[in-house]
Amino acid sequence: MPEVRPALAEQFDSLEQQHEAATLGIWTFLATEVLFFGGLFTAYVVYRFLYPQAFAEASHHTNLLYGTVNTAVLLTSSLTMALAVQAAQEGRNRALVRCLAATIVLGIGFLLVKGLEYREHFAHHLVPGAQFALTAKPKTELFFWLYFTMTGLHGIHVLAGIGVLSVLAFMSSRLNFSSEYYTPVEMGGLYWHFVDIVWVFLYPLLYLINRHL
Amino acid sequence: MITVPKRVYFVVWLLLLVLLVATWGMAKLNLHPFNAILAMTIAVLKMLLIMLYFMHLRYSSRLTWIFAGAGFLWLAILILISLNDYLTRGPGGGG
Repeated sequence: MPEVRPALAEQFDSLEQQHEAATLGIWTFLATEVLFFGGLFTAYVVYRFLYPQAFAEASHHTNLLYGTVNTAVLLTSSLTMALAVQAAQEGRNRALVRCLAATIVLGIGFLLVKGLEYREHFAHHLVPGAQFALTAKPKTELFFWLYFTMTGLHGIHVLAGIGVLSVLAFMSSRLNFSSEYYTPVEMGGLYWHFVDIVWVFLYPLLYLINRHL
Repeated sequence: MITVPKRVYFVVWLLLLVLLVATWGMAKLNLHPFNAILAMTIAVLKMLLIMLYFMHLRYSSRLTWIFAGAGFLWLAILILISLNDYLTRGPGGGG
């Protein structure tokens, strides 16, 4: 039989208090993540204000189709994640494992599409550096520095999220969660949704809003 | 504990996809300054849907709301005060 851990840790008075502490803890962590990405968002806003023409020129070289498909993939993965948390809540362990697996597959799908897109950028010499193709257009390299840094940092977060979800899937396949104690699933879910929200902003900033400047 | 009907999650997901198609379609048109305004408004709407329903904020304590809002407050300060410099440097925009 798998180990059954007591649902209530001894430092808490009640399950509600324990749940609230975990929720506030993860939201505090997410606030630090907002500011982690916030520096890059600020750099983006400032440079877009200073060099709108370069941003307009450069953003025509991003792949709108890949970006749009990937947005749909991540939004759908947030649905499967929300369904995973609900399955955990209701003690439906098989559904929990299935929903986590679906979320992981969608996350990997996102990274694969992103990889295809990066490969295209490499082929077109859009990676900042000595081989950069748009040197005749001043400051376009700056846009691509931001593009690669922001999507790269986001990609690392997706990878970390896949790691977290894999651990959760392993734990739930060993029946470590019950409708009484599923806090890790819920907290992993909050992280995953956060990563989705970051992409919800990267998508218009990098693919959409500079096309007609 | 919060129990959200499964239907709610699917409706939110559909709304998110509708917003995605809308923002993608609008990007093909030249709406001048409204391209950015509408795209960012839609991004905020998507964020609110995800936070309120998928992240359960709608059903969470007001203390959780404060914690969730804190990051955005500091982000707004970071961006607005940085822009305050660049926007007021006059012609040429500084740099």
